[in-house]
Amino acid sequence: MHIVVCVKQVPNTTQVRIHPETNTLVRDGVESVMNPFDENALEMALQLKEKHPGTKVTALTMGPAQAAAVLKEAVGRGADEVMLLCDKAFAGSDTWATSYALSRAIGTLEPKPDLVLFGKQAIDGDTAQVGPGVADWLGLPCITYAFGIEIAGGQAVVQRAFEDGYERMEVALPCALTVLKEANVPRMASLRGKMAAKKLEIAPVTAEQIGADPARIGLTASPTRVVKIFSPPPKTGGVKWQGEEPAAMARRLVEALRERQVI
Amino acid sequence: MALNIDLEVCTGCGACVAVCPFCALTQRASDGKVEVNEACTACGACVEVCPVGALSLAAAPAAPAAAAPGEFRGLWVVAEQRGGRLQEVAFELLGKGRELADQLGVSLGAVLLGHGVGDCVAPLFEHGADRVYVVDHPALETYTSEPYAEAMSELIRRHKPEIVLAGATSIGRGFIARVAIQVNAGLTADCTELAVEPESRQLLQTRPAFGGNIMATILCPNHRPQMATVRPKVFARPAPEAGRTGERMDETVELKAPVVRVLETVNAMQNEVNVAGAEFIVTGGRGVGGAENFKLLADLADALGGAAVGASRAAVDAGWISSFHQVGQTGKTVRPKIYIACGVSGQIQHLVGMSSSDTIIAINKDPDAPIFDVADIGIVGDLFEVVPELIKALRQ
Repeated sequence: MHIVVCVKQVPNTTQVRIHPETNTLVRDGVESVMNPFDENALEMALQLKEKHPGTKVTALTMGPAQAAAVLKEAVGRGADEVMLLCDKAFAGSDTWATSYALSRAIGTLEPKPDLVLFGKQAIDGDTAQVGPGVADWLGLPCITYAFGIEIAGGQAVVQRAFEDGYERMEVALPCALTVLKEANVPRMASLRGKMAAKKLEIAPVTAEQIGADPARIGLTASPTRVVKIFSPPPKTGGVKWQGEEPAAMARRLVEALRERQVI
Repeated sequence: MALNIDLEVCTGCGACVAVCPFCALTQRASDGKVEVNEACTACGACVEVCPVGALSLAAAPAAPAAAAPGEFRGLWVVAEQRGGRLQEVAFELLGKGRELADQLGVSLGAVLLGHGVGDCVAPLFEHGADRVYVVDHPALETYTSEPYAEAMSELIRRHKPEIVLAGATSIGRGFIARVAIQVNAGLTADCTELAVEPESRQLLQTRPAFGGNIMATILCPNHRPQMATVRPKVFARPAPEAGRTGERMDETVELKAPVVRVLETVNAMQNEVNVAGAEFIVTGGRGVGGAENFKLLADLADALGGAAVGASRAAVDAGWISSFHQVGQTGKTVRPKIYIACGVSGQIQHLVGMSSSDTIIAINKDPDAPIFDVADIGIVGDLFEVVPELIKALRQ
């Protein structure tokens, strides 16, 4: 079996702060990491590889040269092969153009993948659109919000979450999934893996090498345009009670809520 | 647009590097001057902060139009149903859609995909739809993304709406991204504000990014339809107008049999109140300290007469409660009458999911916790002392 996992390098958004005076984004000292949901997708692939000997796991990313770091991380954890799509021609791609580029890259991989995995969404853009988009370009069925998978006889049984529950679904391979955090606990890189990753030289793959149509990649091919970036308006709180007995504050709160007729 | 850097003028101060939301700017090791990489979206955040005017945006040709934008008219919303029950988000979209359609002077359509879902049509008219497009097909009985996308794409090709809105739900997000590829349209996820410019007929789509740390306004200059998803509870549900009716359009679409087969559907929240639609929510964060302590919050929820129990990402990540309860950027967006945050610090990624609640109450030991910045009433105190007293006071 050949499993392709698409990963993205993202700034760790939990460390991003808004500067209180200038009201702009402060990204100083924020590390770049593998998108957390992609870690779960990778872990799903690695667990399948352990269950199904002979499975190859390929990690694929698109981004600037420094995005090679997430591919090295993937190799450290057990991915067999990597591909770094890196070309100025991809700059400014929105989800439509990114989906196209990734689908072209996957199309060049040998053997043809049986499973293409994505994290549910990336924590910087939060769109959740690239996984289903790639699946559509490739003509593959796609199950989003997956948190469990069993494979037997060329069929996958997948558990998929809804807002209030889940479904078990069956689909013939090849197919694509987007993976939730609940799927597993991602492993750390092994010492041996780290050594392999350190030695690994990753040559960037260009738009031409994947046969991408120049009219379908990059900013000029992207249907959407970011026209304005701004900080959310600063919030101002209401009243704050402190230094009183908990019981007194609790009673005051219940009175206030009854006054507002909300309870 | 493309970013131009005048290296003659650049002083290497690094001001732009720090504000780039996309990590697209780096300083050269040799002289500290700035270079731009592939992650640039030409958003212009850096241009504004450059003290010496070294950065500028040059117009790049916009993506060629897939079809003449002028041929597209009308605003559609996806009327999401599950098991023949219309989802709340369908009504919320109709409310916003009505307002935008009126500004554009066009009709408001609702697209209903399913099998045997005729009962859903009348409520759509009563909540503002002028037309309801119904595709009734056995392949659409249970949601799977492939036939849903196929049906939706076919209707778009047939009727050419200029705007399509869908719920940013498990279902909506799953199939609408495929539709965007199939009809060659732009799609913006999880919008929190939508507006139209009546003259250019552009949809201004505003959404949070970077865990809610920044907002971005996005346009779709040449491609039609302009498509966007909106999270549940972002827009208010409009009041129905009893007896209001419109034109029902029964659409015949040829669909392949579903390739994904649903074996079993399990409702995981049978004995719990779902935070997504709840009027009262009691949420626990890191300060709750452990799975067993969520019992205390459940008691408070009970004392409020059946509130839902929510959780911050920290509490879910710690494994104290299932992610079905999570509120925030990576969880659910909620808009209850009362939101009580207990031991929640108030990271921006949490705030974007709950700050439009009617009344927000925060209980936290740390007087500087950011949650107090959005709270209508803040109580500085130990939740393990305050919450039991609150339960007592409510039960009196």
